[in-house]
Amino acid sequence: MAEGIEYVIESSRRRIIDLKEIWQYRELFYFFTWRDIKVKYKQTVLGVIWVVLQPVLTVAIFSLFFGRALNVPSAGLPYPVFVFSGLLLWNVFSASINTAGNSMLTHAPIIKKIYFPRIIIPVSSILVALVDFCIAFIVFLMVSVYYHVKVDFVELLIFWPSAIFLMLSGSIGISCWLAALSVKYRDFRFVIPFVLQIALFVSPVIYPASVIGNSLLNYVFALNPMYGAIMFFRAPITSTPLENILVLISVISTLSFLVLGIYYFKKTEAYFADIS
Amino acid sequence: MKPILEIQNISKRFQINHQGVPYLSLRDKLSTLFKPAGKKEDFWALRDVSFEVYPGESIGIIGRNGAGKSTLLKILSRITPPTSGRIVSRGRIASLLEVGTGFHQELSGRENIYMNGSILGMKKREIDKQFDNIVDFSGTEKFLDTPLKHYSSGMQLRLAFAVAAHLEPEILIIDEVLAVGDAEFQKKCLGKMEDVSKSGRTIIFVSHNMESLRQLCTRGLLLKTGALEINSDIDSVATAYLKNRDSRSQSMSSVKSGISIEEIQIYDDEGRSIESLTTYQSIRIECHFISNVNRDDVTFAICFDNIYEKRATTLWSSFQNKKYSVSPGRFKVVFEIPSLHLVPGEYSMVSYIESRGVEIERIDNLRRTIVSYGAKDFSSIPSIVHGSYLENFTVQIEKDVKEYY
Repeated sequence: MAEGIEYVIESSRRRIIDLKEIWQYRELFYFFTWRDIKVKYKQTVLGVIWVVLQPVLTVAIFSLFFGRALNVPSAGLPYPVFVFSGLLLWNVFSASINTAGNSMLTHAPIIKKIYFPRIIIPVSSILVALVDFCIAFIVFLMVSVYYHVKVDFVELLIFWPSAIFLMLSGSIGISCWLAALSVKYRDFRFVIPFVLQIALFVSPVIYPASVIGNSLLNYVFALNPMYGAIMFFRAPITSTPLENILVLISVISTLSFLVLGIYYFKKTEAYFADIS
Repeated sequence: MKPILEIQNISKRFQINHQGVPYLSLRDKLSTLFKPAGKKEDFWALRDVSFEVYPGESIGIIGRNGAGKSTLLKILSRITPPTSGRIVSRGRIASLLEVGTGFHQELSGRENIYMNGSILGMKKREIDKQFDNIVDFSGTEKFLDTPLKHYSSGMQLRLAFAVAAHLEPEILIIDEVLAVGDAEFQKKCLGKMEDVSKSGRTIIFVSHNMESLRQLCTRGLLLKTGALEINSDIDSVATAYLKNRDSRSQSMSSVKSGISIEEIQIYDDEGRSIESLTTYQSIRIECHFISNVNRDDVTFAICFDNIYEKRATTLWSSFQNKKYSVSPGRFKVVFEIPSLHLVPGEYSMVSYIESRGVEIERIDNLRRTIVSYGAKDFSSIPSIVHGSYLENFTVQIEKDVKEYY
């Protein structure tokens, strides 16, 4: 018998994350992420090139229609750089929610047969999206250099990590919440893609936040977790100052999503095996 | 010594939703918002189960389908929480409720070993160390880099069990995974599990196969409709289970043919009524019939079916060229076997009656019986993997035998 290992299985469990346990299972994050990436590009001819091709093509099409044809303002940036900076973050958010939101259902056979901290599943789905992000990020840097974008390097060191932190918090919070909800209510499988489609157009991805003149509407707009992330990300490369109150609202909203999402997930996770 | 597992008053309740679906839709939720909640029925899958397990013990859990075995295993492996009660565990638990959990058809054999191993709780370092043993045990080295979807189901199974067999937790929970695979591989698995238990680890094992339970376990728990009925040594629990099952599955009366079995009894050569049999034993089977009709050209048969539902042997009166005329009243048919040649194992007895070459009555699951091997301290005991029929033979070495080159 191994000394020191002793744990209790009871009906009521703690609703906060057991970091020690997650640390014990840390390799599982790696294996789930690794598997998803492998499987994703198996039997594709272009393989990982798709990771580059997808954002580049989207940026090209958006630039053509919104930048050229409709003359959408772009906060003083070349439109391709502007829309790329938004899409870069948006894609992680949307891919995370799409896959992580369904992850409890796709992993139901495993959940019913073996125990491990359930939160590893949605978080690994987000890590897969993060790997794509890293590749697209390099492309973004090249595009920025090509367009001679002026960068404030001091701001960059503060704002880019904050933007990525907000992006991840929003993704994890909402994904966990939706993952738990869709175990119970299968309706969310249909709701998620639909809402994401709309959400792209109410996020400042293809147009700058400044186009919304009405100040009251602005506050509602800022509740979107991606608002803060995208604004932070663009801050070092544009001259437009941040709207402090709106950004604050977005940060608070994002962190609330993170806490509540994980709380709801932990609260319901014990019963996933019974109802999934 | 402190128990490695303490199971204290575990109960598990499921609520049966009479709409029939286990999951909910938002519409259901909304529509019941203003109505009193629909009919929900409580179902207790487990009720107040308590027992203790000491380090190094191997415990077999026995019960009919729906007795709560799987629920108990799921609670022990933390897949689902108990409704009440608690479990104290003093060791790492690894559970094997299914072979190949997390296998992905697109990944290669090598990749699946890592994936499956880590889901089962192995560290990458441990998998690296055991990798060659796992591949060796599974016998799939040629196909390591082939996607799993091109494997035969037998190969997938071997690979899956090979990974699981190399887990090294303090407590191993196994659910009937041995019920699959060919006989040779089953034997290998059982052997591996014996090694595991001999190395001092604790095993909790659920199976319907009494023979492998007896071979592997020392103690047995009999579950019946969610409650722990017997907690004792494996032999008496297995016997109680089989006896219990017989009394339920008998459907002896029949109106169809007018002839029905009232009772079946087995006696040893000293005339004692016996429950379980021994290979090479001399036995006498008496079937008591009652008839309401006149029939002629009637023949009687008793068959033994093994656990794979394969017929092991048939004793049919026709084989002895015996045909009878039956008139209303009671009578008994007696079969005498001077030496029982069945391999040790669990058998189900079946009886049928023919009249003028047409089957007029058939009783499946007439009785369950266990055949064991007389000498327990032999180095090898025959089992179902050696065939159904055990020849009565002798073996000796004679002088002046040429050496084998």
